[in-house]
Amino acid sequence: MLAIVDSGGANIASVRFALERLGVQSELTADPAVIRAAERVILPGVGSASEGMKRLRAKGLVDCVRGLTQPVLGVCLGMQLLFEESEEDGGVETLGLIPGKVALLPNSPGITVPHMGWNTLLTGRKPALLDGVEPEARFYFVHSYAAPVNAFTVASCTHGTPFTAIVQRGNFSGAQFHPERSGPAGARLLQNFVEGRV
Amino acid sequence: MLARRIIPCLDVRDGRVVKGTQFRDHEDVGDIIELASRYRDEGADELVFYDITASSDGRTVSTEWVTRVAKVLDIPFCVAGGIRSLDGAREILHGGADKISINSPALENPALIGELAREFGSQCVVVGIDSRTEDGDYFVKQYTGDPTKTRATRWRTLDWAVEAQKLGAGEVVLNCMNQDGVRRGYDLVQLKALRALLHIPLVASGGAGEISHFNDVFRIAGVDGALAASVFHKGVIAIPKLKEQLIADGIPIRP
Repeated sequence: MLAIVDSGGANIASVRFALERLGVQSELTADPAVIRAAERVILPGVGSASEGMKRLRAKGLVDCVRGLTQPVLGVCLGMQLLFEESEEDGGVETLGLIPGKVALLPNSPGITVPHMGWNTLLTGRKPALLDGVEPEARFYFVHSYAAPVNAFTVASCTHGTPFTAIVQRGNFSGAQFHPERSGPAGARLLQNFVEGRV
Repeated sequence: MLARRIIPCLDVRDGRVVKGTQFRDHEDVGDIIELASRYRDEGADELVFYDITASSDGRTVSTEWVTRVAKVLDIPFCVAGGIRSLDGAREILHGGADKISINSPALENPALIGELAREFGSQCVVVGIDSRTEDGDYFVKQYTGDPTKTRATRWRTLDWAVEAQKLGAGEVVLNCMNQDGVRRGYDLVQLKALRALLHIPLVASGGAGEISHFNDVFRIAGVDGALAASVFHKGVIAIPKLKEQLIADGIPIRP
């Protein structure tokens, strides 16, 4: 069973529908026991880091998510929450599963923030999550804050400055873009996650 | 490099897609799901659904069709029309929309922009602006969904857009009303003036009639996205051919 963590964020329906299009049943849940028992877990999220953490805390899910040992995929804010902290809303401590601080993308002439639209990825050795995805494929991004590129970055993207597009540490992966809204390439990434290519 | 976006806009009235000329005389152009699926398959980068009667009738969009759309689309979509509260916005975002766009309600209550941005994040709060050229300047109009209710506001377009950005808008869609539906090209002068003032994404709306108009609006006005309705609904421009040409012209576009 695949569990989608019901963190109260706004893009939960889209993730579930994307999985349905792949013929994958998922359960939207805030029950720690159900989440811990799931084969795979998706941590979605839209909104601010402080709101996201507040919701996880209110539902008693912080330690639950930190302690998961099965494959976990964070999407957008869900991915940012995997890092140690975010400078959003004056600074927020996040889950601390991956080192680094999420920061506001700087704007400059020709670089609008939020970073909104379809962009390409840069990878060294291609991660398994991108199996079957063309190197020039574009994914849909919509965010103002981004995680730095570090040792756990497996794909980066550049919008004025480079940032982490896909991160992976142990069983925790995350995508800054929205695979559920990234056409066939995004569907392939979700399929790879569901089939255990992480 | 971030691709420029091609965005078909579906004006929705009573659950059907309609299209008027200069915001008047609407004709039926088809079923929502049918058109949404067609544009997804043709390579649209994003869709906007605009419930054109919701704001002037004082009601919110029905979320029933939002969820039907979210189930079939694997590209992002934005919903506009009469959203005037956090609860109204939440219903649509939880229904599966990626962004919400507010227009008349933002003019009624500018603080709503900030409230929505704090609750859901700036990135899903779009402010739509209906702008009319008068005596060499640009002015914001309200309740444009119904010509009998349309009225002037106290805002100059450029001032209102900058205010919306300051309040927390994540994107501005500028509908240049003089150009709407007449297919003579986007209002490059107005869009360029606004582009210079904003650091958030700007989407051009109103005036697309041929492929070169898209090239112009990306190259000359520097906008992030170009929205169009009738040229797509009526098959005047096919999205695959449009994208092919823009790519050949060297504009970053998702094939």
